[in-house]
Amino acid sequence: MLSRAAVQAGPGFWMPAQGSTGAVAVDRIFWLVLWVSVFFFVLIVSLMVIFVVRYRRRAGREESEPSPRHNTPLEITWTAIPIMIVIVIFVWGFKEFLNINTPPVNAYEVQVTGQKWKWLFTYPNGHVDEDLHVPVHTPIQLVMTSEDVIHGFYIPAFRLKRDVVPGRYVKIWFQAVQTGEYQIYCTQYCGTGHSDMWAKVVVHEPGGFEKWMAEAGNFMKTMPPAQAGERLYRTLGCAQCHTVTGEASTGPTWKGLFGSRVPLEGGRALTADENYLRTCILDPTQNVPLGFQPVMPTFKGRVNDPEITAIIEYIKTLK
Amino acid sequence: MASIDGANGIGELPADQNRLGEDNYLTHERGIRSWLLTLDHKRIGLMYLVVILSSFVLGGIFAMLIRTKLLTPGNSALMDANTYDQMFTLHGAIMIFLFIIPGIPATIGNFVIPLMLGAKDVAFPRLNLTSFYLWITGALMALGSIVTGAVDTGWTFYTPYSTTTNTNVIMMVGGVFVLGFSSIFTGLNFVVTIHKLRPKGMTWFRMPLFLWGIYGTAILQIMATPVLGITLLLLIVERALGVGIFDPALGGDPVLFQHFFWFYSHPAVYIMILPAMGVISELVSVFSRKHIFGYTFIAYSSIAIAVLSFLVWGHHMFVSGQSLLAGMIFSFLTFMVAIPSAVKVFNWVATMYKGSIWLTTPMLYVLSFLFLFGIGGLTGLFLGALAVDVHLHDTYFVVAHFHYVMFGGSVIAFLGGLHYWWPKMFGRMYNETWGRIAALIIFVGFNTTFFTQFVMGSHGAPRRSYHYLPQFEAYQRLSTIGAYLLALGFVIVAVNLAHSLFRGRRAPANPWGAATLEWQTSSPPPHDNFAVEPVAGDPYDVEAWMYDSRIGGFVRRQPAGAPAAS
Repeated sequence: MLSRAAVQAGPGFWMPAQGSTGAVAVDRIFWLVLWVSVFFFVLIVSLMVIFVVRYRRRAGREESEPSPRHNTPLEITWTAIPIMIVIVIFVWGFKEFLNINTPPVNAYEVQVTGQKWKWLFTYPNGHVDEDLHVPVHTPIQLVMTSEDVIHGFYIPAFRLKRDVVPGRYVKIWFQAVQTGEYQIYCTQYCGTGHSDMWAKVVVHEPGGFEKWMAEAGNFMKTMPPAQAGERLYRTLGCAQCHTVTGEASTGPTWKGLFGSRVPLEGGRALTADENYLRTCILDPTQNVPLGFQPVMPTFKGRVNDPEITAIIEYIKTLK
Repeated sequence: MASIDGANGIGELPADQNRLGEDNYLTHERGIRSWLLTLDHKRIGLMYLVVILSSFVLGGIFAMLIRTKLLTPGNSALMDANTYDQMFTLHGAIMIFLFIIPGIPATIGNFVIPLMLGAKDVAFPRLNLTSFYLWITGALMALGSIVTGAVDTGWTFYTPYSTTTNTNVIMMVGGVFVLGFSSIFTGLNFVVTIHKLRPKGMTWFRMPLFLWGIYGTAILQIMATPVLGITLLLLIVERALGVGIFDPALGGDPVLFQHFFWFYSHPAVYIMILPAMGVISELVSVFSRKHIFGYTFIAYSSIAIAVLSFLVWGHHMFVSGQSLLAGMIFSFLTFMVAIPSAVKVFNWVATMYKGSIWLTTPMLYVLSFLFLFGIGGLTGLFLGALAVDVHLHDTYFVVAHFHYVMFGGSVIAFLGGLHYWWPKMFGRMYNETWGRIAALIIFVGFNTTFFTQFVMGSHGAPRRSYHYLPQFEAYQRLSTIGAYLLALGFVIVAVNLAHSLFRGRRAPANPWGAATLEWQTSSPPPHDNFAVEPVAGDPYDVEAWMYDSRIGGFVRRQPAGAPAAS
């Protein structure tokens, strides 16, 4: 267990604040490599400068002085010393890499889903959130996958990154050492909204995580239906195909949808009322609007009645 | 030293020194047809120079637009997110495939290799011209994709994004495929040329180190490029026919694409840097007025780099989900490939020891190279260390690292080489003062642009990002200011070189006192390269040449053929 004094709380000139046990370990290697680099860089540049000043071509010094054309012991030395140094860096780097990739058996598990262009975090009780909430000083394992293209899950404060690949699951883990909020990025380029795939890790103090979970998991009861619906719009993935701004996407926009006449294939048309919307959610291919493909998956079994009501209430607010 | 540095009252130079106004390769035949259908390696080299430098300008314009957008963290009136994505893709693809991979070998290499060998031409002149037109075809296809749906995948074309985006990936990738063949044919030509056309007395270990660099490069071009070709064909097949190779939705494996892609694209990094190292080896000896230090170690390190470079592609994929064992092996080999590069740097610095260091423009680029490539190489140690790479991968730290290697290494060496061989190419000297000013501005501009990005990257700023957090705004602005300075430096280089073509002092045969054979024919050379067949000696016996103020260049101390005093 790390003492609090050993952790760097804020960002330095290099590297952000240290938010996890892994960050502290990685930074030690970073500083070793940095000082090795500084040493060799200063050595080479100083020699260059000294040689340029001393041996500059000038009046009275137009030719070089005799000096050896090679020196095997010297050349072997400056081959062997760097080899030994890089082997030390290699071994240390690999050792910490193994730690990052080996979650402890008792770790608390959160499912992470990457999609264009947001992260979703699913907790063991089924609650889905757009930010990652975790308790401090507890090992957390993330089981991650992508719904579309490759994304990169990255928390700089934890020195933690992994590509999230469609069609497979990858696991990483961390243990936060400081409470607070830290940035999450997508680092694998994934299209238009790549640089908007931001989220937060919220590290709670002991007890705070359970309290948050009790409130957050209960949002259907505590929030007004339209507000809960807006939340479901984001966490269920509706936002991937339906805009709320009026722009066209894979599916029809929700703006101004409620109460409008929806033309269907075959010349029919329906009014988008509560029953129409409910059918669309549970049996999406039954009434496909004209100009759209029947590609929406069914949400039967994935949403319950109060949730459907909340979504419809949210659509009603989008005038 | 005014007699060495400045233009003095030199009158007409004899034809064995300067052939402007007489029959030379530039005037041997006239008319546009004589250029477009030429088999002369020197003319092909110049045609490459024109088109490759034009590509550099185009890629540079994209870079300036990107940097201008990044002045502010939010949306920009200059371009939206999609345009930004297309801009960085085009910047990368143009700079890599059109500019820096063919860069030094196709331009300086084409011009200089036969001259260094005392030969009349490359082994296969027709194949050489074919390579040029393959380049033109590939470039037109790649650039054609700009108007038919500019690609937004990044230059790496990662699947499944590249197989699902609605931009014209097939045309761009097809262009890169054709460019690959241009590269393969050039490599093949140079391998055969170096094997078969070496003159009497030039054994492998009496070859100029530039030729060792080009030889290592050519091997990589021949062996690695076909893998890229096949990979890109598979990508086209998947996109066009829906055959599942890389896309998991079709039953493919997206990480497989990354393995294939980097199996070429890592060796490609050395296709970019080995010729640059060859250029530096020539320049550092000539401008230290001293024999190169540790010739054998430098030569072997070129080959060691070429071989090892095939075995490190996985270091681009430490966080991609490849196995831990693969990560360990690739990390170890990555550290090993650092060693020969370090050895070269030590040898170059040792060459300057007790020399007579002549601070011409090319030498300033050598010093600049050692500084910048030093940083580029050393920051590779951070990325080779597995646990640290996990943090730095795909951030601006990586962007800065590869710009220090490719720009600080290859492009700076290219600039040094271009100034160095310019008098041989055109028979005119550029203005030394402006050359030095430009080298300095480029050095300062480059560091301002990219060192900032190391700091920003260590704080986690992700690359390829249209939006960024306000905490990075100050870094981004500084970086953009550096980029503008860099552009100014290049404008000065261009004006200075262009000006020299009309107003430059006439160049002697050997303005720098080099001992390699290309300096033993007139500037510019005649159509057949040499009026008198040269005799190959030690390519680094620069001390055998002394300055003659009557011609403003160097002449041999002893008559040719006499034993060299050393």
